[in-house]
Amino acid sequence: MPYILTVADLSKTYVSNNEALTVLSNIDFSIKKGDSVAIIGPSGSGKTTLLGLCAGLDRVTEGTITLNDIVLNTLSEDQLAQMRNQHIGFVFQNFQLIPTLTALENVMVPLELRGTKNATGPAINLLERVGLGDRKNHYPTQLSGGEQQRVAIARAFSNNPEILFADEPTGNLDAETGTYIEELLFEINREKGTTLVIVTHDLDLAKKTDQIVQLKGGKLFQGEI
Amino acid sequence: MAWRDSRKSRGKLILFIASISLGIGALVGITSFRENLMREVDIQAKNLLGADLSVDGKSPLPDSLFHEFAKLSNAESREVSFASMVLFERSQATRLVEVRALEGEYPYYGEIETLPISGSKDFRTTGQKALVDEKLMLQFDVMIGDSVQVGKMSFEVVGKIQRIPGQSDVGNSVAPVVYIPMAFLEETGLLQKGSRINYTTYFQLDPAIDTTDVYAQSRDIVEAAGFDVDNVEDRKKQTGRAFRDLSSFLELIAFAALLLGCLGVSSSIYVYIKGKIQIVAVLRCMGMQARHAINIYLIQVGIFGFIGAVMGCLIGVAIHLFLPEIAKSFIPFEINPTIYWPAIAAGLVIGVVISILFGLLSLIGLRKVSPLATLRFGFESLKIQLDRPFFLIIFSILFFLYLSMYWQLKDPLNALIYLLILLASLVLLYGLAVALNWLMKRLLPIKMGFVWRQGISNLYRPNNQTVILITTLGLSTTFLAMLFFMQDLLVQRVSISGENERPNTILFDIQTDQKEALKVLTEEYDLPVLQEVPIVTMRLIEINGLNKEMAEEDTTVHFPNWAFNREYRITYRDTLIDSESIIEGRWQGQYNDSKDSLYISVSKGYAENLHLNLGDKLIFNVQGALITTYIGSFRDIDWRRIQTNFLVLFPTGVLEKAPQFHVLITRIDKNKVSARYQQAVVRQFPNISIIDLELILKTLEELLGKIAFVIQFMSVFSIGTGLIVMISAIILSKFQRMRENVLLRTIGASKAQLWKIISAEYFFLGALGAFAGLFLAIIFTSLLGYFVFEFTYVPNGVHVGSIFLLVTMMTVLIGLLNSRSIVRQSPLQILRSEI
Repeated sequence: MPYILTVADLSKTYVSNNEALTVLSNIDFSIKKGDSVAIIGPSGSGKTTLLGLCAGLDRVTEGTITLNDIVLNTLSEDQLAQMRNQHIGFVFQNFQLIPTLTALENVMVPLELRGTKNATGPAINLLERVGLGDRKNHYPTQLSGGEQQRVAIARAFSNNPEILFADEPTGNLDAETGTYIEELLFEINREKGTTLVIVTHDLDLAKKTDQIVQLKGGKLFQGEI
Repeated sequence: MAWRDSRKSRGKLILFIASISLGIGALVGITSFRENLMREVDIQAKNLLGADLSVDGKSPLPDSLFHEFAKLSNAESREVSFASMVLFERSQATRLVEVRALEGEYPYYGEIETLPISGSKDFRTTGQKALVDEKLMLQFDVMIGDSVQVGKMSFEVVGKIQRIPGQSDVGNSVAPVVYIPMAFLEETGLLQKGSRINYTTYFQLDPAIDTTDVYAQSRDIVEAAGFDVDNVEDRKKQTGRAFRDLSSFLELIAFAALLLGCLGVSSSIYVYIKGKIQIVAVLRCMGMQARHAINIYLIQVGIFGFIGAVMGCLIGVAIHLFLPEIAKSFIPFEINPTIYWPAIAAGLVIGVVISILFGLLSLIGLRKVSPLATLRFGFESLKIQLDRPFFLIIFSILFFLYLSMYWQLKDPLNALIYLLILLASLVLLYGLAVALNWLMKRLLPIKMGFVWRQGISNLYRPNNQTVILITTLGLSTTFLAMLFFMQDLLVQRVSISGENERPNTILFDIQTDQKEALKVLTEEYDLPVLQEVPIVTMRLIEINGLNKEMAEEDTTVHFPNWAFNREYRITYRDTLIDSESIIEGRWQGQYNDSKDSLYISVSKGYAENLHLNLGDKLIFNVQGALITTYIGSFRDIDWRRIQTNFLVLFPTGVLEKAPQFHVLITRIDKNKVSARYQQAVVRQFPNISIIDLELILKTLEELLGKIAFVIQFMSVFSIGTGLIVMISAIILSKFQRMRENVLLRTIGASKAQLWKIISAEYFFLGALGAFAGLFLAIIFTSLLGYFVFEFTYVPNGVHVGSIFLLVTMMTVLIGLLNSRSIVRQSPLQILRSEI
C-alpha cells in the first residue's frame, strides 16, 4: 500500500534571544494510506510540533515531509493553505468552532473556502451522520462540549480529506463522551477510508490505532508503551 | 503596586492617552482661541469703528443733528458710500465695487492700511486720486499710477488698500472698496435719484466727554430722524456677537471631540482592565480586597489621564497658535495668540476627572472578579452590572460634563442645551445603530458568498463592539457631513433657482431718460431684456390711522421699527410675474378711477410682520405726495428667483408720473460678451451699476469655503477621536479575531480570503456608521433649513455619496491596517492555544 505521509530526517529548532532550542531531531517514519496512527509521548516531547509540521502548519528546520506525494518544504504559505483545504482535516482538543456561525455554517466553511457552490447538502448529511441533524441551526455556545466536538468532526470530514489530524480530540471531554467521540472518529474514518493521525496521552486510544509513533525528548523512541 | 503593575502594559494605554489628548486638545485650543479673539476685540474696539461715534443714514446728516455731536467732538469726517461700476482704463475691465467718498481725517483710530503707506493720506489731499482694494488690483492687473474711471471722472490709483478699520478680507471680497476724495463725488455724476447711497459721519470725541452718555442722550433724537448711531461699545458688541456665534459652533465640535474622547477612554480602559482580570484574580486569591484592586488601576488611570491631559494642552496650544492664521481672512484684525492659562488648568482638570470617571465605569467590573478565575480555563469577561454604583458614576459623568460645558459657555441654559443636543445625537445614533444591526442580521440574503457572510457574521461575534462603533463613526460622520450640508444649504439658499434660461445679470440705477437707449444697447449685443422694471421710492407714514409716534405710544400695536423708518422701493404693473402668486384677496392690476379706493398687494411675510389684514389702510409719502392705499391681496413670493420682487406692489395708473428709476434684467452666457457689454454700459451710462450674479455666487462659495475650512480643521479632532475608539474596539476583539483567522487559515483559507473577510467586516461597519451619521446629518440640516432658514433643504447626492464613500473607505483602511498582525499569526498557534 502506498504511503500518504513520509517524514524523513526531520529536525525542528526554534531560535529565541539568540538561543537555539531543538525540539525535534532525526525523525523518520511513514504512514500508509487509510491507516490510523497515534503520536504519543510525555508533555514537551514534541508531539504537537510534529503534528503541526506534518499538517503543513509550520516549517521544518531540516529534513523533508511528503504528504500525498507533495513535498511540503517548498510550498508557499498560500499553497500550504490550499493543500490543507484540499487534503487535510483537523480536529482540535478545544473544538475551535467559529462562535459567530451556526453548527451547519461551521461545517460548510471548508467547502465554501474551496468555492463549492452548494455546500449546504453535504454539510447537513455530515451533521446527521454525527447525530446533530436537529441542532444544525444552533450556535456553538448553545451546544455541549461533546456536541461541539461532533460538529468539529463533521467539519473535519466535510472536504473529504485524505488525512485527518486530531490533536487530543477527547482531552476536554468526560470519559463517556470521550469514548463516544473516539468511536465516531474511527467509524467515519473507516467509512471514508481516511488516514487518521491522532496526538494523544490516552494509551488505550493509541492501542486502537494501526501504528504508534512514540516521542521522547524530541526523538523517536522505540520502547515499551 | 499601581506603578509596578503598569510597567509591562504602558504601551496599551497609548490609545487611552490619545483619546484624552485629542479631546482636551480641541477644547483647550478653542477656548484659548475664543479668549484671544475676545481680548483682541476689547483691545481693538476703537480700531473696529475707526472713530468714537458714527452716524449712518440714507440721507446726509442734517446740520442740526451734526452740531449735536460736533460740539462734543474734536474732529469729524464724512463718508458717502454706494455701489457703482468702475472701469480700469488700462485693461478696460469693469467691476461692481463699493465707492467710498471720504472727507476728513477718518479713521481716528487704526488706519486705512495701504501700499505705499503714504497712499491713505495722499488720495484725499492732492487732486483726483483713488485707493483701490489690493485683491481687485491683483485680479485686474492694476498698477499704482493707473487710472480708474468712477462715474464720469477718472482717478489715479495712488495706493492699494490692505486693511480697512472693522472690515475683514471676506467683507472686502464681496464688495471691494474704492476710496475717492469727497471733493470729486458730485462731478462723478453718480449721485442720482434712486441710487442706494449711505451717508456716514464719523466723530472723534473730546476725551473728557463720556461717550456712553452722549450715545444715550442723542440716540433717541437721531434714531427718530431715521439715522443709526454706533459707538465703540456697540461695535464691540456686534463684533463680539458675530465671533461668539462662530466660536460657539467650534466649541460644540470641540465638545463632540471630547465626548468621543470619553468614549475612547471608556473603551480603551475596558480593553486594558479586561487584560488585567487574571492578575486581579491572583491578587484576590492572595487576599486583596476588591476596592484595593480598583484603587491600583484607578491610580494608573489618573496618572495616564494626567499625561494625556498634558499632551492635550500642548495640542491645544498648537491649535490656538494655528487657528488665527487660518481664520484671518474673516477676522477684521490681527490676533496675537497668547497662552490662556485658565484654559490649560481646566484642560488638566477635565482630562484627569474624565479619565477617572470613565475609567471607573470599567473598573467597577473588577468588584465581581472572583479569585476562582485563577483556576478557570479561558478568557474571563469583564461584566459591568447596572447597579447603584454604576448609575452613580453615570450621574457624576453627566454632571461633570455639564459643569465643563457651563465653564466653557458661561450660560447655564446653553450648556444644558449643548449637552442635551450631544446626548440626544448619541442616543439617536445608538438607536439607529441597534436598528441597523438588527436589520442587517435579519434581512441580508443567506445566498451571499462565504466571504461576505463571514464578514457580516464577524459583526455579531461575542464581545462585539458593533453598536458602539457604528455610534462613534456615526457621530463623527454627522459632524463632517453637517459641515458640507450646511454649506450646501447656504449655497442653495442663495443660488439662483429656475431653469437654464434664468437671468444672471441685473442693471440698476437706470434713469428714465436712459431706459430706451440702454434697451437699444442691450439688443445690439444680442442680449434679451428679460425684465424691465420701474422703481419708485417712498416712505410709509400711516398704518390704519396710526403714524410712527402714535404707533410707538399705542401698546396694543407692535410694528417693527423698520416699518416706518425704511425707504420702500416699489413697482407698479398690471399683471403678476411667475415668481409670485396671490394667496388671499384679489389682485387689481389697473387703477382707472381716481375716486375709487386704491388697492395694493403686499407680500405675505410683510403682512405677517406688520400684523396686517386685507382692507387695512396704508398711507405712503411718495416724495412729498401722500397716497392712501388699501390692502387688496397678499402675495406669496419666491425670493430666490432672479426677478425683482417687491414687498408692496401698486397697480398701473398711479405711479407713472412719480420720480422713478429702472432695473433691467438680462442673461449673458459668454464671459467675453459680458465684459464688452459691461464696458459699453459703463462708458455710455456711468451711473448704471451691474450685478454679475455668477460672480456674486462664486464669491459667496469662496467665502463659505474659508469659514468651512476652520470648522473642518476642528472636526478633524472629533473624527480623530472617533477613529481611536474604532481602533480600541478592534483591539478589544483582537483575541477573538486571531482565533477565528488562525482557525480559518488552518482549515485552508488563503491570506487573500482572510483579507477579503476583514475588508467585508469593516466595509459593513463603515457603511452602517456612515449611513447612520448621514441620516442624522440630513435630518439636522433639514430641520435647520426649515426652522432657521425657512428653506427646504435638498441633499446634494454627490456630497452624500462622497462622505459615505470616504467614511466607509477610511474605516476599511484603518481596520485593515490594524489587522495586519492578526492575519500574520501562524496557524500552529491554534494547536498550542497561544491565542
